[in-house]
Amino acid sequence: MKGSVIKYEQDNIDTDVILPGPYLKIHDYDELAKHAMEGLDKDFHKKVKPGDFIVTGRNFGCGSSREHAPIALSSSGIKAVLALSFARIFYRNAVDGAFLLPIEIDENAYKDISDGDSLEIETAKNEIKNLTKNKTYKIKPFPDLIGKIIAAGGLFNYKP
Amino acid sequence: MLNITEKILARASGKSKVSPGDVVFVNVDKVMVHDVSGPGVIAVFEKLRKSGMKIEKLWDPDKVWVAEDHFVPAADKISAQNVVLLTNFTKQFGITKHFKYGMGQYGICHTLSHEEAMVLPGEVYVGGDSHTNTTGALGAFAAGLGHTDVAYVMLNGKIWFKIPETLYFKLNGKLPDYVMAKDFILKIIGDIGTDGAAYNTMQFGGTGISEMSVEERLTLTNMSTEAGAKSGIIEPDQKLRDYLADRGATKYNEVHGDADAQYKKVYEYEASELEPIVAKPFSPENTVVARELSSIDLDKAYIGSCTGAKLEDLRAVAKILKGRTVKIRTEILPAAISIFRKAMDEGLLKIFMDAGVVVGPPTCGACCGAHMGVLAKDEVCISTTNRNFPGRMGHIESKTYLASPLVTAASAVTGKITDPRDLK
Repeated sequence: MKGSVIKYEQDNIDTDVILPGPYLKIHDYDELAKHAMEGLDKDFHKKVKPGDFIVTGRNFGCGSSREHAPIALSSSGIKAVLALSFARIFYRNAVDGAFLLPIEIDENAYKDISDGDSLEIETAKNEIKNLTKNKTYKIKPFPDLIGKIIAAGGLFNYKP
Repeated sequence: MLNITEKILARASGKSKVSPGDVVFVNVDKVMVHDVSGPGVIAVFEKLRKSGMKIEKLWDPDKVWVAEDHFVPAADKISAQNVVLLTNFTKQFGITKHFKYGMGQYGICHTLSHEEAMVLPGEVYVGGDSHTNTTGALGAFAAGLGHTDVAYVMLNGKIWFKIPETLYFKLNGKLPDYVMAKDFILKIIGDIGTDGAAYNTMQFGGTGISEMSVEERLTLTNMSTEAGAKSGIIEPDQKLRDYLADRGATKYNEVHGDADAQYKKVYEYEASELEPIVAKPFSPENTVVARELSSIDLDKAYIGSCTGAKLEDLRAVAKILKGRTVKIRTEILPAAISIFRKAMDEGLLKIFMDAGVVVGPPTCGACCGAHMGVLAKDEVCISTTNRNFPGRMGHIESKTYLASPLVTAASAVTGKITDPRDLK
């Protein structure tokens, strides 16, 4: 999986800025995509390209349980969010709904990866290649069940 | 050596013992959706149908309940349509516990969960809303989920959980006058941060909790969400039994932790040392004592939401507003119509109206920036709600200070952030 990076160098990006409250009444995926990250970055929908990754800090997706948040990012073309850590509901929504990959990175990768870098994510090897900087970073492997749900393509396709 | 959360989850997963970190599928006792997550679940069902799945019935329609709270009264055409969608959904699947806005009992889902005893001690309860944690004050495991997970529960009656580690918050002694549960939970969130309890359960106990009313306890578990917790929980006691009996619930299987239950960490607080606390924009962890903010000018006071518009919250507000008038726009939205009625019967509404306040219907309203009094650019609000992220209550450049009902009411009177102890 290859893509380029949109980096937000901050912690605690909450679901109210990922997809603001007034749009909660919308359930059309393409319409939600137009408002992704609107509370933080008004130009997000103009700059995001299919296959892009978001790189960010601690506790990404905290706050409301709205599944609109991973839906809006995924419908915008985001394939993975690389963060130091994730809030629990965003994480399970992303995995169980098969919207995008929530990947935990370490401080070294977080500091090193720049906005616009090209990355290649190889989850089978638990690593990310930074094609721009010609570096490789280790990523935290998915816990057993999470890996199986991702491989199945979401919770409804997973057979316990 | 199991704590209450581990015991509930062990029983619900058919195991004699579970340990933090274990991933288990647990049987769910109750599941709730509202007018945001309900249409979200309906959208998941549509997606599944398109992929070839037949969905004709739910796992158990008697264990599913529905509230209308976020965008009622219908804020616009889409909101009105969502409520119609929800009505058709409950009709189609035979869900009878649907609290319809404007029909009998209605209000904010988390408030109905305790006002109507929709969830009982020892149960596993999940809801399509992050503040589902609230209901853990009834001695249940209560956690928020997204639409896909709730759809899965509605069809299968179970869902996966990683057994959480438990952080135990022990409150020694009774809270002083003018200090409320809201001050205690803001103090905790300020101390541990908005991810300080991430993936963990926050359990509250100690003599301070025994002294505390059930409604005040609900404020603690409600805002465990703001520390990132999977759930908040309080062990059942006689106060809870009486509270539930008043609501017609007497038969349930209480669960208690073992005497040698294990906790990841124990935090101790002395009630006598606590003071009125305010969380500044733009995070609930951004806390200071209210007195430090006495120079902050306000445009508005908002008393509402599952966090801060229960009956006792309204009584606290009335205690301050009685015989006084407000200096800034002030809105009070009781969290359920049953609470609205009790406030009327107790004469609280008269006090509010005499003070010059507008009293509105039960709805999440402006708490989530949906409608009913959202904030303009640069407006500054003090609020009894739970979040103050950028844009949470309206314009991205508006500001919300989170406070207790007492601090919010005192600030409404002066127009500046005010410690109720300093009110003349």
